[in-house]
Amino acid sequence: MELLYTMKIHELHDKLVAKEISAKELTESVFSRIDEVEGRVGSYLTLTREGAFEQAAMVDKKIAAGKKIGPLAGIPTAIKDVMCTEGTRTTCASKILENYVPIYTSTAVQNLLDEGIVMTGKTNMDEFAMGSSTENSRFFPTRNPWDLERVPGGSSGGSAAAVAADEAIFSLGSDTGGSIRQPAALCGIVGMKPTYGLVSRYGLVAFASSLDQIGPFTKDVRDCAIVLNYLVGHDSLDSTSVKIDKPDYTKALSDDLKGVRIGVPKELMVEGIDPKVRETVENALAVFAKNGAIVAETSLPNIDYALSAYYIIAPAEASSNLARFDGVRYGYRAPDAEDIMDMYMRTRAEGFGDEVKRRIMLGTYALSAGYYEAYYGQAQKVRTLIIRDFNKAFEEFDVLVSPTSPTVAFKIGERIDNPLQMYLSDICTIPVNLAGIPAISVPCGTVDGLPVGLHIMGKALGEEMLLRVAYSFEQNFGWNEKPAL
Amino acid sequence: MAISEKDVKHVAWLARLAITDAEVQKFAQQLDVILEHAGKIAELDTENIPPTSHAIPLRNVLREDTLGACLTPEAALSNAPKKEDQAFVVPRIV
Repeated sequence: MELLYTMKIHELHDKLVAKEISAKELTESVFSRIDEVEGRVGSYLTLTREGAFEQAAMVDKKIAAGKKIGPLAGIPTAIKDVMCTEGTRTTCASKILENYVPIYTSTAVQNLLDEGIVMTGKTNMDEFAMGSSTENSRFFPTRNPWDLERVPGGSSGGSAAAVAADEAIFSLGSDTGGSIRQPAALCGIVGMKPTYGLVSRYGLVAFASSLDQIGPFTKDVRDCAIVLNYLVGHDSLDSTSVKIDKPDYTKALSDDLKGVRIGVPKELMVEGIDPKVRETVENALAVFAKNGAIVAETSLPNIDYALSAYYIIAPAEASSNLARFDGVRYGYRAPDAEDIMDMYMRTRAEGFGDEVKRRIMLGTYALSAGYYEAYYGQAQKVRTLIIRDFNKAFEEFDVLVSPTSPTVAFKIGERIDNPLQMYLSDICTIPVNLAGIPAISVPCGTVDGLPVGLHIMGKALGEEMLLRVAYSFEQNFGWNEKPAL
Repeated sequence: MAISEKDVKHVAWLARLAITDAEVQKFAQQLDVILEHAGKIAELDTENIPPTSHAIPLRNVLREDTLGACLTPEAALSNAPKKEDQAFVVPRIV
């Protein structure tokens, strides 16, 4: 029999309903896999084994009582350690929150718990979601299951590696500039950033509030649609939460692309993209055309300025959001302070890592007197230009595609001393966050044995079209390689 | 230079980050490279372009001012580094 931990949500749900397996057996299978590979991969900061078996027992009781269970019931799930979980420590991979135990649960996680998921644990990440490699974790780096000498991407590297290494059936991440899609690409799995406001941010520790969005990592596109069905929903606790009539996203999974117009922004296929990655993506485009889609080149003329605007806007918002970590109400406090200012200064100096400090200082600078207009004001105007570019392209096209990451997974340590080079990892994903639109990364092959992600971008609230295009690609491309661990 | 060592010291103070002289030097160099790249946005003519703060247009969200559930003092203080009775304790302020 196929090992349970390798299977997908929709396959496992059928087995649970048919009573071929129990949630307990499934949970045992996933934890046996964790015990086997976690020492090498390092996906998790905290394992919640005990709670997981309690949750599994509740699902088994429900099944035994003949009650109906939803598609996520009993499914082992990993949560990025940036989402608050009541009673389970939530660290953001930072020393400043090392011992923080939330007194409430984030809405996104609660929605899944209400559906009966089995939470396996909290996953590693770049500190406060700032980074593209998970090397900025204050605890340890996570390794890419495809090559343990390489990074899994970031910032949600632990959540991506957990699914790629079969240490969870699916997971949640957060995406501010590519932090779901880039690690999904580098780990050879599916990752989606939904439209801004579609998934509640309540209980998500804020990095850049106008850009942050929670989304799923899954083993295939059908699983992505299933999870989205339970993540999406209006939440009165998040004032940016959108109100829509929620569709059944699994209904969008159609193989047919007849008449679908797919645009390829030329700016995202040239400079800085590894030629082998580009070639892999070009081959993927042929699959769309074969399935009835119209594929043509388009342009996002101001996209070259997106990275620059992002590295003003995101740090500016971060510098404000992270002001709350002052050692007073929760988190780390530097010992033996002379007075309160000494306590603030040392708590933050000792509690934050270098990348977080860089971004706080960058944002403080961009917002400070004399520089505000030139940096922050100008960046917000550039954001308007980028939104207009997307709107114009979407007049002609239903979706836009590009590589997710300009390169395959890079070596641990390779970019850590060069912040700007690290930032360039997100050159294709960042424009999407600035525009608030949804995007998905699906595997589209390998280069030198390492996965490449295809990035599909859609109109605001266009998740159904994204899923349709991604599903059709997946069905026809037929890629199902797994890392040899 | 987009940012000087003096600027870095000032910004670190504004952000309440204690910083050593060696760090001032390191961060000044790194931030300078980043700001030089970010400064590219100055090239664009944005005279008649309105700024965007949120990609999805937002309106005020209002609700009735009704009594709801709230945290107990014990819960609110449960993560406090130092507490006394029903208060957070901090070092000397003045």
